[in-house]
Amino acid sequence: MADEVILLDFWPSPFGVRARIALREKGVEFEYREENLRDKSPLLLQMNPVHKKIPVLIHNGKPVCESMNVVQYIDEVWSDKKNPLLPSDSYQRAQARFWVDFIDTKVYEPADKIWSTKGEVQEKAKKEYIEALKILESELGNKPYFGGDNFGFIDIAMTGYYMWFEASEKCGNFSIEPECPTLMASAKRCLQRDSVVNSVPDPEKIVEFAFKIRKIYCV
Amino acid sequence: MVTGDVKLIGSWASVFVMRARIALNLKSIRYEFLQETYGTKSELLLKSNPVHKKIPVLIHDDKPVCESNIIVQYIDEAWSSYGPSILPSQPYDRAIARFWAAYVDDKWFIALRSILTAGGEEEKKAAIAEVEERTDHLEKAFIECSNGKPFFNGDHIGYLDIALGSFLGWWKVVELDANHILLDETKTPSLFKWAERFCNDPDVKPLMPETAKLAEFARKLFPKPQA
Repeated sequence: MADEVILLDFWPSPFGVRARIALREKGVEFEYREENLRDKSPLLLQMNPVHKKIPVLIHNGKPVCESMNVVQYIDEVWSDKKNPLLPSDSYQRAQARFWVDFIDTKVYEPADKIWSTKGEVQEKAKKEYIEALKILESELGNKPYFGGDNFGFIDIAMTGYYMWFEASEKCGNFSIEPECPTLMASAKRCLQRDSVVNSVPDPEKIVEFAFKIRKIYCV
Repeated sequence: MVTGDVKLIGSWASVFVMRARIALNLKSIRYEFLQETYGTKSELLLKSNPVHKKIPVLIHDDKPVCESNIIVQYIDEAWSSYGPSILPSQPYDRAIARFWAAYVDDKWFIALRSILTAGGEEEKKAAIAEVEERTDHLEKAFIECSNGKPFFNGDHIGYLDIALGSFLGWWKVVELDANHILLDETKTPSLFKWAERFCNDPDVKPLMPETAKLAEFARKLFPKPQA
């Protein structure tokens, strides 16, 4: 019986993109369904009644929510396919999960404020954002990817933010590369991967989107 | 069976530390418990968790693992052949367990804590209402996950039981502080009965702190503003 895989998503979402990348890394055929977040579909509300958020992966009718949860699920279900997303060693897996948790707290919060605020609040957010990126850069070290030679769990989590780098820089009027050159090099590497190229929108469109919503949030 | 050298940096009062200890008990892993003194952070803690400087930290053969739910998953995977499985075996059930464990930390716990930090009666009432609404979600989650069995994980306690159950000591303390029942036998009957079973589990019972002792500690941690 063929698998039915549907992804409820929103094109500029740094969280939705993680699920798209994971599915493409595994070569899984899926149906992408664009959600209008101002008019959420009955299916989204039914499949994620608790948070009502994307992404939602619907696999043979059963929903999986929360982006990195979705990525782990994809890795476990399609474990026979190439490209394991998590390391096989239990200690390395714990480290991968730790850094993803760090990204989803310490990078997420200031990143969110950079496009949605201005003035002192935005300045503080920029500082916290760069601090978090520097900690990640230190963890990356000389490796091409956080996963070492292989693109993996932490890289997928970060790619959502990599695709928003230009938009964040333009909204905040700052530059990331001078602060984090090796992280930026890894970001560029990730953004060139086939699964990523096919999943991330044109960065100009994200910048345009960011400024559009910025107008709504910043009076 | 060689388990290696296992240490856990923690505190008797911490929910998050308890999660790691329950998991170690489930796997019958012997470990050295390094109790942190309230108000200070040991050199070992700062060295082992330089990013967050928080407990718990599991140190296995000198390698630190941080963040309670990540530690529990590590314990399950590193000692997979010891004792029962902590995470469910099917990927879908694992995804559901992880989803609800994240909900416990990101939504439910935040609401519970805001009862203790509430500035006045109005704020407290609002926080209580939020906890009740979120506990209701967890009641539904229990019914869905347990499938008629005694625990979220089925026949024996597992990841989600540990994630939520470790809060039961503090749950009681917050009830007393708020003077309001927060785990109601009539509103959430399945959770209510589950809570009793969880607290009586032999791997949990010795770790659950006494309510009075925890309440006294809570008063230190969350001092009431002077009138």
